Amino acid sequence: MSAVSDIAVTASAPPRHPVAQFLRRLVREKPFGAAAGVVFVLFLLCGIFADVLAPYGYNQISPIQRLKPPSWAYPFGTDNLGRDLLSRCLYGAQLSVIIGLSAAALATVISVLIGTLTGYLGGRFDMITQRFVDAYMSFPELIILITVVSVVGPGMPQIIVILSLILGISGSRIIRGAVISVREHMYVHAAQSIGASTGRILWRHILPNIMPPIIVLFTTRVGTVILAESGLSFLGLGVPPPAPTWGGLLSGSGRTYMFQGPWLALAPGLCLTSVIFATNVFGDALRDLLDPRMRGTR
Amino acid sequence: MAEPLLRVDDLKVHFPIEGGMLLRKQVGSIRAVDGVSLTVNRGETLGLVGESGCGKSTTGLAIMRMLTPTGGRIAFEGQDITAYDKAQMRPLRRRMQMVYQDPYGSLNPRMKVRDLIGEPLVVHGLASDRRAYEDKIASLMRTVGLLPAMADRYPHEFSGGQRQRIGIARALALEPSLIICDEPVSALDVSIQAQVVNVFVDLQQRLGLAYVFIAHDLAVVRHVSDRIAVMYLGRIVEIAKRDTLYRSPQHPYTQALLAAVPVADPVVEASRSRAIVSGEVPSATKPPPGCAFHTRCPHAFARCRTELPALRDLGDGQAVACHLDEANG
Repeated sequence: MSAVSDIAVTASAPPRHPVAQFLRRLVREKPFGAAAGVVFVLFLLCGIFADVLAPYGYNQISPIQRLKPPSWAYPFGTDNLGRDLLSRCLYGAQLSVIIGLSAAALATVISVLIGTLTGYLGGRFDMITQRFVDAYMSFPELIILITVVSVVGPGMPQIIVILSLILGISGSRIIRGAVISVREHMYVHAAQSIGASTGRILWRHILPNIMPPIIVLFTTRVGTVILAESGLSFLGLGVPPPAPTWGGLLSGSGRTYMFQGPWLALAPGLCLTSVIFATNVFGDALRDLLDPRMRGTR
Repeated sequence: MAEPLLRVDDLKVHFPIEGGMLLRKQVGSIRAVDGVSLTVNRGETLGLVGESGCGKSTTGLAIMRMLTPTGGRIAFEGQDITAYDKAQMRPLRRRMQMVYQDPYGSLNPRMKVRDLIGEPLVVHGLASDRRAYEDKIASLMRTVGLLPAMADRYPHEFSGGQRQRIGIARALALEPSLIICDEPVSALDVSIQAQVVNVFVDLQQRLGLAYVFIAHDLAVVRHVSDRIAVMYLGRIVEIAKRDTLYRSPQHPYTQALLAAVPVADPVVEASRSRAIVSGEVPSATKPPPGCAFHTRCPHAFARCRTELPALRDLGDGQAVACHLDEANG
């Protein structure tokens, strides 16, 4: 008996941290996804350290420097009030990071709550809840957003709550699917047979084993939220000015002075495009590596 | 004799087959277990053998009350548990445990060995004293032949045989009186099987456990069992003490099963005669009338096709369900 144990001691693989191991795989198998991941992390850092990085205040007006094209002093140019566009884009990144991360996190929590409960408990409860989810998903998201925002008024907390509710409910499908497949594993059965409570089974057995789809869901949601928030801001229903959101930059000075200063539209537009593109590519790469079953879901 | 540890009377488990586009209605049923009666005494091993799909695992799950029987009665330690709900079963789960077939699928890959073995203790509120808890886990690991130093590893770092030992340690944690072993060695290499089987035998001698040992490998069952029940299509066709069953099998199906065990000598193997059973097991949704085995039985006669043979006691703990036997004497 001890001989068997000894063999296992010597034969076990050299210890390597699972996260390090995963990053190696990411770089090796999905170089494009890894690059997107770098862009995503840079964007997060820009957002977090916007106060340090921004050369000027986001609302610092200097009337002499109106509508200056990009230069060394103003890398992204200035707007019609002489505000530095780079600083405004950096502060915009900050808002996007705050809204993106918090709404995506909240949405994921909602998805996990609904998904695990309906998926694990199943039966009639699942049937009824899922019909509500169906009904909810049949409304176009933007219409719900516009309706609700026009009722409660624009503002960051409202937008975070509404976006996370909308995305959380639709995302619960993905989590539910993962839970249903994990639920059938023998170890869940084994936990039931020792008399473990439902809460314990969900927390200790189901949740740790659906982490891959949860991570992927969260990452892709960040991009979705930023895009949705920009859409709202563009329509004037997002975070109210003078807060410099990317969508707001596009619709405000960006649209009005598009021909006098094309950089006013280009800079926030490129920020938005590259970050959304990077999150989507990074999310797809994570999905392919962590959870091949989820290919083809949105 | 005193009341047996486990008594199963006429157990039936039928799974409904549902059909219909809009309104679900039952269009038939799979008779996975169809009238099984057996007893297990304290400290005894009952082997349960049969082909795939004969209902042996379902019987095990029904005894554990992981599914609700369609009919019959299950009594464990004198309590009728047939209709117990989840809350009523909870205290009893300490007394009966299960070891699963698949050592890879039955351990949560995200839990350390320490947490896996300790989980039953935590679930039943026996982990309040941290020190005693750790000691208990270490002693359980030693009991099944694992080094306590490996407690912080994850299941994927272990071999199949070691994982099965983890599964056994988990089952032992609550000091049960009965362990249902659902093909506990079939997924292991032959060389490892013997080691794990010996763990079972050794534990029984030390702890006085009773086993229901489900398997399809007759050599393994012979090694561990005191008595053996042979199942075919949801019913027990023969039950006997181990040596009686291997020495004088009465049911043609038992005879065929024993004859199918290969002999580890090519000369003997090539020359010995065999009772050959051809064909497939009939569908459990539509079991044949009469004796379920008549479609494949080399000795079947008219009565077998119409009348279901009852399990007849032959004395010395042997019972067989066959008309042939009755006709002969």
